Amino acid sequence: MALWVEKHRPATLDKLTFHSGLTDHLRQLANSGDLPHLLVYGPTGAGKRTRIAAVLREVFGPGADKLKVSQRVFETPTRRKLEINLISSNFHIEVNPSDAGIYDRVIIQDLIKEIAQTQQVATTSARKFKVVVVHEADALSRDAQHALRRTMEKYMGNMRVILCSSSTGKIISPVQSRCLLVRVAAPTIDEVVDVMNIVAKKEGITVPPAFARQLAASSNRNLHRALLMLEAAYVRQYPFDESHEPPLPEWEEYIRKTAHAAIQAQTPAQLMAIRKQLYEVLTHCIPASTILKTIAMHLIDSVGEALKPVVAHQAAFYEHRLQSGQKAIVHLEAFMAKFMSVYKRHLMDAA
Amino acid sequence: MDFFGKPKSDQSSASAKNGKAAETAKHDERMVPWVEKYRPKNIDDITAQEEVVQVLRKSLETKNLPHLLFYGPPGTGKTSTILALTRDMYGPEAAKTRVLELNASDERGISVVREKVKTFARAVVSQADPRYPSPPYKIVILDEADSMTGDAQAALRRIIEKYSRITRFCLICNYVSRIIEPLASRCTKFRFKSLPRDQAVARVEHVAQLESVRCREGAVGALVDCAAGDLRRAIMSLQSAARMVHGGDGALDADMVAELVGVVPSAVIESLRAAWNAADSGALRTVVDELIYSGYPASQVLAQLHDRAMEDQQLGSLQKAKIALVMATVDKALNDGADEQLQLLDMMMQASRIAQSA
Repeated sequence: MALWVEKHRPATLDKLTFHSGLTDHLRQLANSGDLPHLLVYGPTGAGKRTRIAAVLREVFGPGADKLKVSQRVFETPTRRKLEINLISSNFHIEVNPSDAGIYDRVIIQDLIKEIAQTQQVATTSARKFKVVVVHEADALSRDAQHALRRTMEKYMGNMRVILCSSSTGKIISPVQSRCLLVRVAAPTIDEVVDVMNIVAKKEGITVPPAFARQLAASSNRNLHRALLMLEAAYVRQYPFDESHEPPLPEWEEYIRKTAHAAIQAQTPAQLMAIRKQLYEVLTHCIPASTILKTIAMHLIDSVGEALKPVVAHQAAFYEHRLQSGQKAIVHLEAFMAKFMSVYKRHLMDAA
Repeated sequence: MDFFGKPKSDQSSASAKNGKAAETAKHDERMVPWVEKYRPKNIDDITAQEEVVQVLRKSLETKNLPHLLFYGPPGTGKTSTILALTRDMYGPEAAKTRVLELNASDERGISVVREKVKTFARAVVSQADPRYPSPPYKIVILDEADSMTGDAQAALRRIIEKYSRITRFCLICNYVSRIIEPLASRCTKFRFKSLPRDQAVARVEHVAQLESVRCREGAVGALVDCAAGDLRRAIMSLQSAARMVHGGDGALDADMVAELVGVVPSAVIESLRAAWNAADSGALRTVVDELIYSGYPASQVLAQLHDRAMEDQQLGSLQKAKIALVMATVDKALNDGADEQLQLLDMMMQASRIAQSA
């Protein structure tokens, strides 16, 4: 049984619900016979992948839906063998270069060259190009992006690249200027609610409007997450109880408690306790920057007006350190200790 | 499938099968980047850069050309100029055998300089085309020369001098400081200025007209402004934009251009600026969250907000300086890959505090 998110994913451009202006543009592009390189960006859960898949279907017809997973071995210049999973159809191929770590350049070059040098043979298709979809393009190393820049121009004849990324900030500008930028904004709360109602109707359940709004709001306007939460809530209890709080993921609940602990007491003993909790979350593979961000947002909400800028500043400062540093726990702990000291001083000044 | 069917001229998908040949030809035509298609063909076509053109025209008459070093920001016509010059000099056919062009995408380590460049440099000059000036030397173009290693540049020194009788070199780079001194002193330096706005606009309009892209008032201006003097980028954007309106009956307008090249609309920037004056930080948070949800790239927002703040009449010099400092720190953090939401929130809160302090 597939998850609702997958089961009710719109497969064609016509079935997409929100951003109708963007959808029209994409349809025009797909039907104009020629597709430029695309760079699709926007927050997670806004429907980037869904749109890419829909565009491919519009361009190549239903054949683009027949996906197969294959495994390919690439060899690095230092003779190391890399095994990479590829998802492909007759018309396109999807890669996620973050699997490759520092060797992403090799993969990009080999793969794109190989595709570019083989002509499209399927006679049924009216297009003479294939498409390479690169997911998480912001994780591509600079080297790989520079390699892309050259290949994108050289093999324009029979290959197109679609990059999918959460922000354009980490894509080098020569690559950006070769692509058509497509921004996919997060859906508004109403739009999330609409989609939830559509899914609920298909599943034959009813969602009270107030509950749907609550879910949409606590999903941070992330459609993917909202639908997962809806399904989770359905599995837990149906019919929905309107007064019921939408369930947060367990780790988020746990982190909130950690943040709360820092507000309650500011002692070395408390710091030790918090440290244990942080370790606990880290060992469950929650990304460190997500932990820090969740804590910070919760703290900013809890402290008084005068302290908010200070907490925001410290959070930004330690999150930056976290990115440049090696060991996550050090920076998480430093942030908590800093917050405690700032908060305690504030309390003492107030008293 | 009917291969011999008469090609139809309209391009609906039904006719795609019948008129495949015609369609293919049209495809290939459309796939050529306009940047290549509208590269100046001869030296009189070149927009702006009067001094350089004047000197080069003189050298065409006297058939005497020094070694050249072109430098300047991207998209100002460095490569176009030298290509146009060679065409005027040798004619399109002979230019193929008389010119060696190497750019950064080719391998250009010391071994290539030693073998490829040297072999070419010392080869005898080929047959000239009598219809063109065809001076008795060949030209080696080293595009993006600032990315050559120091060793490779050093290896060039002697080659340039030794074969100067039959070979002239043209080095092209963005930063003249990355060319080693001995190499730079062997060449005549030409600086390429950023294109003046009106000339860039005229050029883009010209391309748009030839490609029959309909543009509303201000669209071309927006294209040029976004490209900041880089004509290649402006024309690239124009081509992408044209694909967007192609087939439909819409015309290009300034807002569409802004969306295409990834510029944040000024209304969003204004709302950020307005939030600085808000009394509580709740407003700041909403505005930042909204920004993140909309998917605008933080670095772009920061750059535009910086421009906006620096021209702000309500802020004093000291305030502006402080805000610039905050923005610089945040920009560095963003560049290191820090979280966009936290960084923006921090920047907004600090800036707001500075803006409100008298």
